[in-house]
Amino acid sequence: MDFLQPTTWSEALTLRAERPDALAIAGGTDVMVDLNFDRRRPGALLDLGRVAELREWQVAGDRVRLGAGVSYARVIEELGTQLPGLAMASRTVGSPQIRVRGTVGGNLGSSSPAGDAHPPLLAAGAAVEVASAARGSREIPLGEFYTGVKRNALAPDELIAAVLVPTATGPQQFSKIGTRNAMVIAVAAFACALHPDRRGVGTGIGSAAPTPRRAPDAEVFLAGELEGAGLWESRGELPETLARAFGERVAAAASPIDDVRGSAAYRLHSLAVMARRSVMWAWAQYQHDLRKAA
Amino acid sequence: MRITCTVNGTGQEVDDVWAGESLLYVLRERMGLPGAKNACEQGECGSCTVYLDGEPVCACLVAAGQAIGREVTTVEGLADGERLHPVQEAFVECGAVQCGFCTPGLVVAAHDLLERVPRPSDPEIREALAGNLCRCTGYEKILDAVRLAAERQTRR
Ligand SMILES: Cc1cc2nc3c(=O)[nH]c(=O)nc-3n(C[C@H](O)[C@H](O)[C@H](O)COP(=O)(O)OP(=O)(O)OC[C@H]3O[C@@H](n4cnc5c(N)ncnc54)[C@H](O)[C@@H]3O)c2cc1C
Ligand code: FES
Ligand code: FES
Repeated sequence: MDFLQPTTWSEALTLRAERPDALAIAGGTDVMVDLNFDRRRPGALLDLGRVAELREWQVAGDRVRLGAGVSYARVIEELGTQLPGLAMASRTVGSPQIRVRGTVGGNLGSSSPAGDAHPPLLAAGAAVEVASAARGSREIPLGEFYTGVKRNALAPDELIAAVLVPTATGPQQFSKIGTRNAMVIAVAAFACALHPDRRGVGTGIGSAAPTPRRAPDAEVFLAGELEGAGLWESRGELPETLARAFGERVAAAASPIDDVRGSAAYRLHSLAVMARRSVMWAWAQYQHDLRKAA
Repeated sequence: MRITCTVNGTGQEVDDVWAGESLLYVLRERMGLPGAKNACEQGECGSCTVYLDGEPVCACLVAAGQAIGREVTTVEGLADGERLHPVQEAFVECGAVQCGFCTPGLVVAAHDLLERVPRPSDPEIREALAGNLCRCTGYEKILDAVRLAAERQTRR
């Protein structure tokens, strides 16, 4: 096995193209487990840890361009205001040791349906920026990035450069069900985002379908009801019945399975509950934000 | 592959390292530093916790090559010669050590917490140690040890 250690992004892309047998490694929190347990024996490791470009983030217009190599610890520390949903989800990842090493790019690379970065990124309307030495970079809307269980739209000669996340214009929430607080793979997870600027609602479901996915019907339904009742302007109370109906529509968008972590029925139930609560919390925050502004 | 890095302040160089090897394996089996323990090899237990460039990480999840040119501090590097670090002292005094397998990782994690937060609250201690499992003590004595170390360090 070779150890490839590019120090620039263009070198990384060249090596990616030259060595189809190489496995990219960022924080290593997924890759090393596979190596330690003999689950993978790639011809080479392509270490992205020394590519400084990947560890940067900057504001680009109304989006944050988050380098693939930014760790969860840094998202929590540096991006709580711009990307509150992703920061909340990052706080629930593994343990301090895992959050120091694990990256959002690695979560996308693994594309596990249980990955915690996916629901808030879906709810925010993010896109993935990927690149190859031959064709330069392209942007993939996140919903099209996931193609199956632990599969994604990355071509063999491509690497993930960054994730492009619209800066929050309203409250965002994240909920996750597991057996304890630390170190838990989600049994089910849910993220929602209120977009008052365009009077929209965003959603993201985790661990309850072959891929992370949105709940488009629930989004349209809630945005329509808020509009119809004039709630975006009045910032009045969100009726409990409306939150409940939203929760049911979120659950209806999922297609979970029974597995060791939980049954499909439990996942559907918990999703409906998490969606109802998350949207109530987000709405309360939206009401509070006005009072703060006033 | 050759690995050169600084471990506990001393330059180290080892050859013939396999590219898929973990930093934990290199420390224990090639550098003769068995302080960091190997229990789960999957990031779940924290017994292999070491500092990598000042940040606490699971050494079992760091590829050996990722440590080239970096600074590693293991539990062996915390004491001042024969004098234990206050965190280590507190672990001994409070009975926070039974079989001792989790201790090196917990000591490094607690050391890191007190460097960042000299007077941590109980929730802060629990959160900081959430990645370290102990099968023996029931954790109460470990919490006592961290509180005691915090008290002594801030009094100095
Ligand atoms: C103890 C433990 C607890 C965990 N808890 C959680 C949790 O609570 N929630 C959660 O979501 N995950 C969890 N994980 C999984 C893991 O930490 C995350 O998936 C993390 O985001 C992976 O990031 P990484 O940088 O470590 O990726 P790596 O392991 O380095 O890589 C992961 C995958 O992404 C690919 N990759 C990485 N970077 C790129 C890139 N730039 N371009 C193309 N491909 C790339 C790699 O080839 C590999 O296939 C846990 C893992 C452990 C060991
Ligand atoms: S041996 Fe590394 S976390 Fe358990
Ligand atoms: S003292 Fe035995 S595992 Fe902690």
